[in-house]
Amino acid sequence: MSLENFFAMGGYAFYVWTSYGITLAVLLWNLFAPIVQRKQLLRQLALKQKRAQQ
Amino acid sequence: MSFIPAPISRFFHRTASPPHFYTLADKLLPWLTVLFLLLLIPGLYGGLVMAPADYQQGDSYRIIYIHVPAAWMSLFIYVLMAVMGGIALVWRMKLAEVMLISSAPIGAGFTLVALVTGSLWGKPMWGTWWVWDARLTSELILLFLYLGVTSLYGAIEDKRSAARAVSILALVGVVNIPIIHYSVEWWNTLHQGPTVSKMDKPSIHISMLIPLLLMAGAFKVYYAIAVLQAAKLELIKREPSAQWVKNLLEQNA
Repeated sequence: MSLENFFAMGGYAFYVWTSYGITLAVLLWNLFAPIVQRKQLLRQLALKQKRAQQ
Repeated sequence: MSFIPAPISRFFHRTASPPHFYTLADKLLPWLTVLFLLLLIPGLYGGLVMAPADYQQGDSYRIIYIHVPAAWMSLFIYVLMAVMGGIALVWRMKLAEVMLISSAPIGAGFTLVALVTGSLWGKPMWGTWWVWDARLTSELILLFLYLGVTSLYGAIEDKRSAARAVSILALVGVVNIPIIHYSVEWWNTLHQGPTVSKMDKPSIHISMLIPLLLMAGAFKVYYAIAVLQAAKLELIKREPSAQWVKNLLEQNA
């Protein structure tokens, strides 16, 4: 199977690759959004603690 | 919980305590990530490269490797949420509340993926993006249930009462799950019948079945990873001034 054939998906390239692309985007979002939010929250809390100590 | 033997009860209380759970999640996450990749890579390779094209649907059927596992996850996560809701209502267990609320966006994500990939598969095969078929409609209701859980939780200020409300919603909404599952048998409209879960013999070739099961496993492990990350955030949000969070801040500093 050539690479070109692989990407062509027998003429269904749009449907197949859009499906996989949207799935990837949704799964990445649900995984990384809480990680980013947690880091922000911890930074805020650390800042608050520092201010309280001064 | 007096009817549960003391050592078991102690084990649950220890594991379910926020600091202990937070540490446990950090220990589990690297292993889960390795397991996820071990399932995902051969699953994708098997599904997109190795498996032959379908004799009727050509290569368009390859959407099955994400569509079906995502649809399974959308049901599985909802049932889990209902179970956590029951535990949260009966035993007032904080961790169950946290896991319930952390699961909702992930479940909504899988439901959305099942609907969108189904639409993208339906267009070339059925000639339409959407029909008000029983399977599609009940899956759309599931998406609204997930979104309802998240917004109800966000709308109630006191998080203990919010958790009680969403636990009840999760339990009530579970009636939709068997409706989704059996919809293709009860109302025989456009959506095709089950491919894998037929008791006698799955109507799918082994070279297509193996990547499908690998992808289903990968999605399960993905859920475990994503829910642990979301739960870590939710635990800190719940009690930002707890001693264990202060210890965490010192470790980070």
